[in-house]
Amino acid sequence: MRHLLSISDLGREGIEELLDLTDSFVEVAERRIPKVPALRGKNVVSLFYEDSTRTRLSFETAAKRLSADTMNFSVSTSSVKKGESLKDTVETIEAMGIDCIVVRHGSAGVPWQIASWVDASVINAGDGWHEHPTQALLDCYTIRQELGGFTDKRIAIVGDVKHSRVARSDVLAFTALGASVTLVAPPTLLPPSLEGWPVDVSHDIDEVLPKVDVVYLLRMQKERQTEALLPSLREYTATYGLTRDRARLLQEHALVMHPGPMNRGVEIAAEVADLPRSVITRQVANGVAVRSAVLFLLLGSGSDLHV
Amino acid sequence: MSELVLKGGRVVDASGTREADVAIDAEGRIAAIGPNLDGDRVVDCGGCVVAPGLVDIHTHLREPGREEAETIETGSRAAALGGYTAVVAMPNTEPAIDSAGIVREVLDLGAKALCDVRPAGAITVGREGERLAPLAEMAALGVRLFTDDGTGVQDSRLMRRALEYASSLGVVLAQHCEDAGLAAGGHMHEGEWSSRLGIPGVPAEAEELMVQRDIALCRLTGAPVHFLHLSTARSVELVRQAKADGLPVTAEAAPHHFTLTHEVVQGYDPVFKVNPPLRTLVDVEAVAIGLADGTIDAVATDHAPHSQEAKEQPFDEAPPGMLGLETALALTLERFPVERALALLSWQPARVAQLAGEHGAVAEGRPANLCVIDPTATWSVDPEKLASKSRNTPYAGRTMTGRVRHTFLRGEPVVLDGEAQR
Amino acid sequence: MAERERRTTPPYGGVFVPRTRIMDAEAVRRAITRIAHEVIERNAGLEDVVVVGLQTGGVPLARQLADELERIEGTEVPVGTLDVAFYRDDIGLRPVMPEAVTNIPVDLGARVVVLVDDVLFTGRTIRAAMDALTDFGRPRAIQLAVMIDRGHRELPIRPDFVGKNLPTRRDEAVDVHEDGVDLGDMVKGARR
Repeated sequence: MRHLLSISDLGREGIEELLDLTDSFVEVAERRIPKVPALRGKNVVSLFYEDSTRTRLSFETAAKRLSADTMNFSVSTSSVKKGESLKDTVETIEAMGIDCIVVRHGSAGVPWQIASWVDASVINAGDGWHEHPTQALLDCYTIRQELGGFTDKRIAIVGDVKHSRVARSDVLAFTALGASVTLVAPPTLLPPSLEGWPVDVSHDIDEVLPKVDVVYLLRMQKERQTEALLPSLREYTATYGLTRDRARLLQEHALVMHPGPMNRGVEIAAEVADLPRSVITRQVANGVAVRSAVLFLLLGSGSDLHV
Repeated sequence: MSELVLKGGRVVDASGTREADVAIDAEGRIAAIGPNLDGDRVVDCGGCVVAPGLVDIHTHLREPGREEAETIETGSRAAALGGYTAVVAMPNTEPAIDSAGIVREVLDLGAKALCDVRPAGAITVGREGERLAPLAEMAALGVRLFTDDGTGVQDSRLMRRALEYASSLGVVLAQHCEDAGLAAGGHMHEGEWSSRLGIPGVPAEAEELMVQRDIALCRLTGAPVHFLHLSTARSVELVRQAKADGLPVTAEAAPHHFTLTHEVVQGYDPVFKVNPPLRTLVDVEAVAIGLADGTIDAVATDHAPHSQEAKEQPFDEAPPGMLGLETALALTLERFPVERALALLSWQPARVAQLAGEHGAVAEGRPANLCVIDPTATWSVDPEKLASKSRNTPYAGRTMTGRVRHTFLRGEPVVLDGEAQR
Repeated sequence: MAERERRTTPPYGGVFVPRTRIMDAEAVRRAITRIAHEVIERNAGLEDVVVVGLQTGGVPLARQLADELERIEGTEVPVGTLDVAFYRDDIGLRPVMPEAVTNIPVDLGARVVVLVDDVLFTGRTIRAAMDALTDFGRPRAIQLAVMIDRGHRELPIRPDFVGKNLPTRRDEAVDVHEDGVDLGDMVKGARR
């Protein structure tokens, strides 16, 4: 495997192999010296056109755990020249001799375009509304850790699915592993067509919550108000927010998850975020191990060699 | 003894099909059509169809303003190689063709082109959709088709006035049907694939709303309306009904709208980004049926060159548009029998564009605007070998059947044996 | 034999076909007992001793050795397992994936680590294992116990405790399993 652009690049077996590999990196993180030399001499560059300190740092830490060297290009620090075309930027980076580009961009499809221009491996760290495969993988890992597996599990994804790359990757990953997924959102926040999506849809969160093993909350952005997708955030919280009362509808073992950063008080009540069933900080911790596994798989495992 | 004789071909035009030679005189007119003609110079047309030159009523030549993508010269060369002897140049240049001065500039630049270049004029000043452009002034210079193509005229009242005003000039207004509000932010067809790929979509209704409106305005004003690049099944049905009601509407469709669906966007290659976008299989079939049954009068390429840099941007940042002049004939021949294909590519568009006096017929006394087509020749589309200055064809690598062997512009051989002569 | 050996020996991914039984299960047990006595003698007891088995071939042997040490001395010895996939020097040259999660249950600082593997061959795996062990603390000493030393060292590595010395040809293969030790060949065929 040369790239990780979409969850569908992995398939069920690939996802499970990655999750197993992640176990090894969780162990590495617990060592006195949490570092292995596996990717020594390799160069991993993050190219972030969208601000995201958390994800970028998570990848950087993951790469350093493997003794890789890292470089960082982000628009916010103007190391990506304004007006320079994407292709020129990418080709300049490759000319410096890099093994892997981790890219986040506001336009769907950019990782595929980059993969067609360079010899390096490309990891999609989020492309527009489209996908965020490493987020889905760390979500899967967290669920596996807490619930043991995915068979016969029911997962509700609540919120702005239409604009969510996390939701798209999660739907692909959770269903590939055997869980059933219900999308819960107002019609304006669902994709125009759900043809081919192996999901159920509900507009009634109270009806869904008692039945699920995981409720996955998506971030509700203020901008959606101005686009006439929502009358107000207050109305959203009233109809779809995970309030204290709603959290009581959940089964004993059910998990509350969120890709972060949270809008406390909007999609999730502040107190609910701090409940023991909320594994949001665990998700973040697992992120580094999962991303180490991805980097090792693409750059160190030699799994694309023919022997 | 004539200057030139096209020997051994099968002549096809609106009046029918006959095995005949065609003789062209020194003034570039068709001197005779019949068996065993002689001439100073003989051009072999064995196994070929001798047809009236194709007429593209929707081409973007980019000059003035975007010469890095195409010029009138390079675009006309591509046209000639595609069998076209006339193209209507869309006015969304920089500056827009919205006054006599720019019309004259385009006519001058086109005087030496490898095909007849007829500028279309904008309906509104700067194509901004606010004030009527000087239609009469442009019509006096020979402009017969007006459009704000690239955008539709959003203001219904303004469109009504434009139609009323135009009706006295004997010209036709053409609409790029796109409701700006519904279409806003979209970069591909809104549907199954846009949802999967996470790309904001344009619903079919954005086009259909304006088709419906302009049919109503046509009924209200009695003025003719031509619909550019129809792409949805319901648009085709609306036009079918309007024609059945006897309204003076005409329509065109581009080859990509009867050959490609939105599924091809899944690689995120902006070469497949176009406006109106590629749609569903149902829409593609409806467009093909519309072309077959007379609902849609013409195949028009909407040839839209863009530089490589422009098309290498992220999908939602890249400009929409595909090349079309050099592939339209083969794609149309693949779908339709020769006579129908030529009707759609030659004499019917000639009528819409009011060029039927000079283009669209193989008849004695008419200017020799002809193309000679080998309907069985196969070839592969290589973007590097196209005559256009740009490379954005969605058919790269595709094998085509049907190729232009020769093209004659007013008797001058501008393409011989598939090679442009200048 | 270790999966890693199977994957790193030509024909890569082939199948082991045994030719000769070198040791039977009883012989292996006796070798372990002898090694246990040697370990105790060498270290004057078992204080600070930790047994670490290398994935996968060394793991059952490490368990057996630890049990034997406990039987002889009456003290329980901590046992760990180590996967060296992340420390290999041939990363990027051939497929390398960890076979199991490493588990070192105690800090190795100032300890005597008895590293256990089934077959000692080029020595590269042991080199990688030593690098890995030092990431868990600074051991006072690392001692190497192997059931079979088959020669062909490529690095200056030597075992402290050996079950049996077995001269082999480079293209031969050695497999240690629960019924004993076989000498044979790797044959290209169905991958496992």
